[in-house]
Amino acid sequence: MEWSFLLVQALSGLASASSLFVIASGLTIVFGVTRIVNFAHGSFYMLGAYLAVTIVPWLLEFDRSPTLFFVGVLASALVVGLLGVAMEMLLLRRIYRVPELFQLLATFGVVLIVQDLVQLAWGPMDIPGPRAPGLRHGVTILDQRFPAYELFLIVVGPAVLALLWLLMHRTRFGVLIRAATQDREMVGALGVNQAMLFTGTLFLGAALAGLGGALQIPRISANAHMDLSVITEAFVVTVIGGMGSVPGAFIAALLIGLLQAFGVLIFPKITLVLVFLLMAAVLVVKPWGLLGRPEAAAGRAVLPEGILDPGRMDWAGKVLAVVALAVMLALPLIDAYAVKVGTEVLIFALAAVSLNFLVGNGGIVSFGHAAYFGLGAYGAGLLVVKAGLPMEPALIAAPIAGGLAAALFGFFVVRLSGIYLAMLTMAFAQIAYAVVFQWVEVTGGDNGLVGVWPSHWAASREVYHYLTAVLTLAAIVFLRRVIHAPFGATLRAARDSAQRADAIGIDVRMHRWLGFTLAGAAAGLAGGLYAFSKGSIDPTLLGIPMSVDFLSMILLGGIQSVLGPVAGAAAFHSLKDFFLPLTDHWRLLLGLSIIAMVLVFPRGLAGAFASLRRRPA
Amino acid sequence: MTLLAVEGLTKRFGGVLAAKSVSFALDEGEMLAIIGPNGAGKSTTFNMVGGQLRPDGGSVMLAGKDVTGLPSRALCRMGVGRTFQVAQTFLSFSVLGNVQMALLAHHGQTRQLLSDAAVMHRDAALALLDRVGMAAQAGRPIGELAYGDVKRVELAIALAAAPRLLLMDEPTAGMAPSERTALMALVAGIARAERIGVLFTEHDMDAVFAHADRILVLVRGEIIARGSPEEVRADPEVQRVYLGHSGTRAAGRARRPVHG
Amino acid sequence: MTRITLPRRALGAAALATLARPAFAQATPIRIGELNSYSRMAAFAVPYRNAMQLAQDAVNAAGGVMGGRPMELVFRDDGSTPGDAVRVAEELLTRENVAFLAGTFLSNVGLAVADFANQRKRLFLATEPLTDAITMAQGNRYTFRVRPGTYMQTKMLIEAIRGKTAKRWAIVAPNYEYGQSAAANFKRMLGDAIPGAEIVAEQFPALGRVDAGATVGALAQSRPDGIFNVLFGPDLTAFVREGNTRGLFERRTVVSLLTGEPEYLIPLGDETPEGWIVTGYAPDQIDAPPAHKAFIEAYKARFNDTPRLGSLLGYVTVQIIANLLNKANTLETEALVNALAGLATDTIVGGVSMRALDHQGTLGTWVGETTLSRGKGTMKNARYADGANYMFSETEVRAARPPA
Ligand SMILES: Nc1ncnc2c1ncn2[C@@H]1O[C@H](COP(=O)(O)OP(=O)(O)O)[C@@H](O)[C@H]1O
Ligand SMILES: [Mg+2]
Repeated sequence: MEWSFLLVQALSGLASASSLFVIASGLTIVFGVTRIVNFAHGSFYMLGAYLAVTIVPWLLEFDRSPTLFFVGVLASALVVGLLGVAMEMLLLRRIYRVPELFQLLATFGVVLIVQDLVQLAWGPMDIPGPRAPGLRHGVTILDQRFPAYELFLIVVGPAVLALLWLLMHRTRFGVLIRAATQDREMVGALGVNQAMLFTGTLFLGAALAGLGGALQIPRISANAHMDLSVITEAFVVTVIGGMGSVPGAFIAALLIGLLQAFGVLIFPKITLVLVFLLMAAVLVVKPWGLLGRPEAAAGRAVLPEGILDPGRMDWAGKVLAVVALAVMLALPLIDAYAVKVGTEVLIFALAAVSLNFLVGNGGIVSFGHAAYFGLGAYGAGLLVVKAGLPMEPALIAAPIAGGLAAALFGFFVVRLSGIYLAMLTMAFAQIAYAVVFQWVEVTGGDNGLVGVWPSHWAASREVYHYLTAVLTLAAIVFLRRVIHAPFGATLRAARDSAQRADAIGIDVRMHRWLGFTLAGAAAGLAGGLYAFSKGSIDPTLLGIPMSVDFLSMILLGGIQSVLGPVAGAAAFHSLKDFFLPLTDHWRLLLGLSIIAMVLVFPRGLAGAFASLRRRPA
Repeated sequence: MTLLAVEGLTKRFGGVLAAKSVSFALDEGEMLAIIGPNGAGKSTTFNMVGGQLRPDGGSVMLAGKDVTGLPSRALCRMGVGRTFQVAQTFLSFSVLGNVQMALLAHHGQTRQLLSDAAVMHRDAALALLDRVGMAAQAGRPIGELAYGDVKRVELAIALAAAPRLLLMDEPTAGMAPSERTALMALVAGIARAERIGVLFTEHDMDAVFAHADRILVLVRGEIIARGSPEEVRADPEVQRVYLGHSGTRAAGRARRPVHG
Repeated sequence: MTRITLPRRALGAAALATLARPAFAQATPIRIGELNSYSRMAAFAVPYRNAMQLAQDAVNAAGGVMGGRPMELVFRDDGSTPGDAVRVAEELLTRENVAFLAGTFLSNVGLAVADFANQRKRLFLATEPLTDAITMAQGNRYTFRVRPGTYMQTKMLIEAIRGKTAKRWAIVAPNYEYGQSAAANFKRMLGDAIPGAEIVAEQFPALGRVDAGATVGALAQSRPDGIFNVLFGPDLTAFVREGNTRGLFERRTVVSLLTGEPEYLIPLGDETPEGWIVTGYAPDQIDAPPAHKAFIEAYKARFNDTPRLGSLLGYVTVQIIANLLNKANTLETEALVNALAGLATDTIVGGVSMRALDHQGTLGTWVGETTLSRGKGTMKNARYADGANYMFSETEVRAARPPA
């Protein structure tokens, strides 16, 4: 390969890196100050692009000058910044006191809403933007032609970095951002108006995302899928760089940009997984990212967010459980479709309880639980489709597959904590996703495999429903039992204070690892049951949306409660099933209901139930 | 008999030499205090002995066995219990639950999946709480307790593993003066009765001079003096860099009743 | 229960039916379940649904099906995942009592619904999924597909470059089944069309995330004479812009799947490259058959928009369904399946039959060259390639398709 080519390829990488950095810097700043994992950051990016393809051409009507082009881009960024302010004031501000995870769920609700609003406002077609006047041409570098606009983009990244540096070091606002990133309590102690600081931060973060989107319009058309396509990559950059660290994000973006530019030359087929492999590798070696700091040590006197007291079931709880059970068993009396939905609710309930076993009970927030659900489904499905085995052994294999995968990934996962742990689980889930997606010969690739049907005796909807009921309820009762048992208590103890747990002789990592494996096995069983209820398996079972669904279920149900996630699964799945046939805009309605629930039941359905009962008559 | 022998322990954090070749020994049933100004390296030394930090150099021998660099959980099983400068308890548990958890760990039952943790070791846990005077509060969430009471519960947690050596980093920090005396007397009583060796740090000189058998003075990571309370009190170097005027008076005051 | 997606006309019919029960007692509508990605893939699915409604109204205005019964499509979003789609299919069959299922866009969704239909022994008329598997390796008795699949469309392009001189070829395709199988088909057939041709580079960017600069750079580096592109949607726009600026397409033969479809051509705008050989649809250039022209006019009049390829597909599908119902004259699944196998329908693009051997429709598509006209992309020299000429051979089908 000639040098000129390698040089130009490196420049391509730098241009991508620069664009990625602009977006990721906003994400990392918002996280640093508010500790919110802002899924809606991708939506801001998309809005930036849509606004720019609207504003910029309108401006260029007056005069096709580069100035007006950039005025349009900046205006779009500012408008998006204001939308960020709106999100902070209307939504986030109301939920700063609820568990951090809830804020994540709320931002996910915003993602759904924005997706539909964008489609309503701009229509479903991709909208191409104008090229930048004066930068339309290619520049010849040695013997290769390279777009002038990308040369410009290469400069933008460092320029934004420099401006952010000035902001952080030369303004009071910037100093506060840095202080809050390093120690949130201190900002409160200094008597800083936290609301103003957060609003300002959201403005900055959203504006950077909007700028990132607006700058892309000469390269890509504004489209309805750009939010999710950018958000995972932005997360990866943020995590590799160290969450909250702007220079870290810069280095990480460079790494990823160059990795992709040269990666496509060597491994043209695995671009999907390259960045996640890098992220997993970085986290295993540097648990807090390249330039991140360890999260403030535990030992503060704050109650953990998860299960506090597993408690006994009181009579009201028992009545509720019996009624729920009776309804589940009586579903065939309604109609065949109710049975189908009921089966799925049971399956998701098991998946949700298994996730809450980690999140609520163990303080291990997994963003990638669908991996074990999905691998359980593949474990079962492959045995049926490829090995020709019947359902029964396949259902035994499902928890084993989920458990083995969880044991493998968990070995690395339990070394971390907090948000980094969450991101590593997501990276592993994406790696697992990429493997089933790419390994076409075995897994059928993205088409998946069909023909995963129950044995003859369980083929009817009703029998399969009862089979599912028996297995999922047994597993849920078992997990509940484990939560009350010494093992569950040990996980809670390690969550409350790992240092204390260690000092009384508990091998914290080992127990977390076993817990992760157990939860993975339970999710695997759920996945196996799901495969047989659908007849097919495919990579969406392992995807991020599925993991987010599970998280939504436990948060709606209430992570403080052992069985709340069951209610959460029922509520979430019923909502989705209710809205899906109703209208094309089911995502809007689903997003709105998620946000409504977060606002009305900040401790989930179980929390609402508990406080209803505690209220004096 | 020598319970703990520490030889040349050294720890460096970036440019800071937090502990510089620290050596000392501790006998069964003996109470050894480490005193020194803030940032002297006391907690660092504790953490190297207790397995929270791996030393850069030096060795820790427990009852003749080399335990250098072993993690805290392994040391616990060999009879080392500890309390922390900032109390570490299980915030979501009740007072009783905290001690039960420690007992479960001590009995190696933490992997049981089916038994009911809430009913295990209740009586033993209550007995331990009784010893530290906290039995009456057994049912309360630990988060509700006054900080002094939390420290007592932490002591009960540490005692649950039937330790031979107790490491107590500022056991009375954040307590009212009357509580301090009571807690130190409690610790001293238990240590002497069960021949537990106690290594502790303390800023309250009254408590130190009243209960310590021997004292080490640590300044900027180095031991600058060691000996009986009288010797340390008399050391002019110690007076200059650490005790100062008020400390000397406290030392004199505290010693009198014991000898009186 | 009001259903927002329920066609207005059907509501009216229902209201009338309630008012005048005795007279219309015989005319209970025949319901067909149509599930598609109306939310996630709205750019394709909404024009598709529009045309289906148009066709349904035309059928009903002309007296309905099966001797005067109105036909009623029940539209549902398939959630764009196989899991959701199978549940929705179940709902259509059990709650909505539809006679059979039609639709789907994504290949994995189509395959899952196909297998579900096979399990439940109900008819499924897949419309859009392009994967060859749905009629080949994973084909089944109950599943048919209307649209020409990946293999057929690739073969149409291969025919179009037969005898060209370009010897060194580079391939760029999205990294999923559709892209991979298009690339594999192209590789397999290339040597036959251009003896001595070789593949010198392959790029498989992740779907929806093409790193256009790096991809274009890597392709240019291999100095190909020709490029086979399978990218579409936002990936395509990014690729074309980058390639235009860097001169990737200059003096090279480019063949490109689907690029001529309005869905993908419109967003290219004034960046539409000149002279790419593509499959697609250019409604403004259709002048025969007359029924097709009439369809385009009717669509424009009703929706104030030009029809897309999806619209054409939707309209043809409804015509096939109406014909099927009339021929079978029963809603019994086995009879429907038997009637559909080999069924020939006179549609707005001419005759389309569902080949009995593999259940693949002979609907074709247009092959032509992209060109820029008044700042917009369109196709020139477009000719209709009848699907019947590009089907898998009988031996291939027999080898791949599981025995019935
Ligand atoms: N984890 C750490 N990282 C960096 N420096 C540390 C760390 N722990 C302690 N130090 C430094 O080591 C020195 C000794 O600290 P410490 O042992 O806590 O003192 P003491 O307990 O005597 O007050 C101090 O300068 C402190 O800043
Ligand atoms: Mg200290």
